Amino acid sequence: MIAQFVSQHLLALQVVLPLIAAPVCVLLRRPTLSWLFALVVTWVCFAMSVALLIRLEGVGTIVYEMGGWPAPWGIEYRIGMTSAIVLVIVSGIGSVVMPYAKASVTAEIDPARHYLFYTCYLLCLCGLLGVVATGDAFNLFVFLEISSLSSYVLIALGRDRRALTAAFQYLVMGTIGATSIVIGIGLLYLVTGSLNMADIAARLPEPDTNRTVLVAFAFLGLGAALKLALFPLHVWLPAAYTHAPSAVTAFLAATATKVGVYILLRFIFTVFGASFAFTAMPLDAMLLALAVAAMFVASAIAIFQNNVKRMLAYSSVAQIGYMILGIGLATTGGVAAGLIHLFNHALMKGGLFMAIGCVFLRTGSVRLESMGGIARTMPWTMAAFVLGGLSLIGVPLTVGFISKLYLIRASFEAGLWHFGVLVVLSSLFAVAYIWRVVETAYFREPTAEAARATEAPLSMLLPTWVLVGACVYFGIDAELTVDTAFRAATALMQANP
Amino acid sequence: MDFEIHPGLYNYAVVVVLMMAGLYIVITRGNLVKKIVGLNVFQASVFVLYITMGKIIGGTAPILEGGFKVYSNPLPHVLILTAIVVGVATTALGLALVVRIREAYGTIEEDEIQRQDESL
Repeated sequence: MIAQFVSQHLLALQVVLPLIAAPVCVLLRRPTLSWLFALVVTWVCFAMSVALLIRLEGVGTIVYEMGGWPAPWGIEYRIGMTSAIVLVIVSGIGSVVMPYAKASVTAEIDPARHYLFYTCYLLCLCGLLGVVATGDAFNLFVFLEISSLSSYVLIALGRDRRALTAAFQYLVMGTIGATSIVIGIGLLYLVTGSLNMADIAARLPEPDTNRTVLVAFAFLGLGAALKLALFPLHVWLPAAYTHAPSAVTAFLAATATKVGVYILLRFIFTVFGASFAFTAMPLDAMLLALAVAAMFVASAIAIFQNNVKRMLAYSSVAQIGYMILGIGLATTGGVAAGLIHLFNHALMKGGLFMAIGCVFLRTGSVRLESMGGIARTMPWTMAAFVLGGLSLIGVPLTVGFISKLYLIRASFEAGLWHFGVLVVLSSLFAVAYIWRVVETAYFREPTAEAARATEAPLSMLLPTWVLVGACVYFGIDAELTVDTAFRAATALMQANP
Repeated sequence: MDFEIHPGLYNYAVVVVLMMAGLYIVITRGNLVKKIVGLNVFQASVFVLYITMGKIIGGTAPILEGGFKVYSNPLPHVLILTAIVVGVATTALGLALVVRIREAYGTIEEDEIQRQDESL
């Protein structure tokens, strides 16, 4: 009975489960109890997203009608290959961060607030999953705001008072982004009279003759760009990632911006159609220019950071540039490369932020000055950092290499070989900033903090190594990611309204 | 250039003015509470946009009753109820953060906060 119920409503439960679980967490109150509950929920979510991906194998798309109302009247949940991958990434990272969060949150957040942390965490997870699963444009906005509002709270829970200003800044910019998305959706509704994305796509008039559609496109593009922290709209990201609690940074860095990229993909390809975005509008040229700027400027800034979390945050802005570069190439290979990097970057940046969170737990600082010689007292943590860093650079046998390989291949295939060269050149920046950390941690005399530090607890080390291990595993056996990404990209390019 | 605005587009002109005014406040004001107010004005412009698009002159609420033939579209109105709730939540959270910032820094002026952070 229950099995049948779950199987029938799997897609809805994927989103509804964390939504219902969040208030339950408030009722549980006790720190350990609410953590355990949230842990189980995130793992069930992950299992469900994997089940959905497997079920998608034979059918191509899964559609679920909320409350039995058929689309376009009711809200429809619709997932295809792209959404299924993003669902697996979001819920997967969500479930790996959870065991890690216990020790980290205990050290960084007042015990009386733990249950609120887990409540917001589950709400954020629900919002991110909802954005990906829904096929309704306005529903997307609502879920986006659920995830955003809860992530502002999560960031503000950071110990440093600068977490508050970072959260405030993110709130202002995030709200402008989300409001832009509502304006875009409203204008689309004005023209088509529908909120269902597939329906909008079918009813959209010849876009280049309708100015309202053009304006809607601009607003949606701006909103998505703000949410995914596309250069130069990234200013909220470094401060937010630097001052948030370690577990939050690891979770958000690996998921929130990825969902932003997904929103962009969703609107470009399934609502407006690739031919409109790239032929009628010069979106590809804009994306390529901004992506290259992100790759170089953000990487260059990262080199000069003494706060390792801030360094990794700037590196995230640069890495988002690689994803956008792939999409901007506007070919199947390019979009696939963007998706591959989306998956891979979630693994490596999640792992790196977790490793640096371990350092923060033991030394209370993430600044380079206090990290001298830390590798002697925390060998496993720093080894994880090195592996993640190698992946960020793009060394063979890691996922970063796979990403860059396909990006370079796609740019050569598109006849834009100079972008391939730029990808390689910008990787040299990554060598520079990762090396600064490695040099400090391995070849300096231990500082007082580093000498006192002990290896991080297993509950934190293990999740870190799961992600770093996945970086290596998917770097050697990339068949699964590459194959899935190419199928998703083909489906996106063919979605031509 | 023709600057004459069609009377039917009056509301949309208001939307544009409110939107730009709100955005301007957010960008130029250093006081965090004023920023939140600017954000509110910005969001309010979107509420007006949605309400306007559903309204038909002479239309009634969509109630099945003899004699009424023209109905306003209720959907955008319902949608904007949701957006208003989101806006209220954002404002509440924003103001709560401002309170915490005031507790931590003793000020809610952006440049003053920046100065304190740099002096660390």
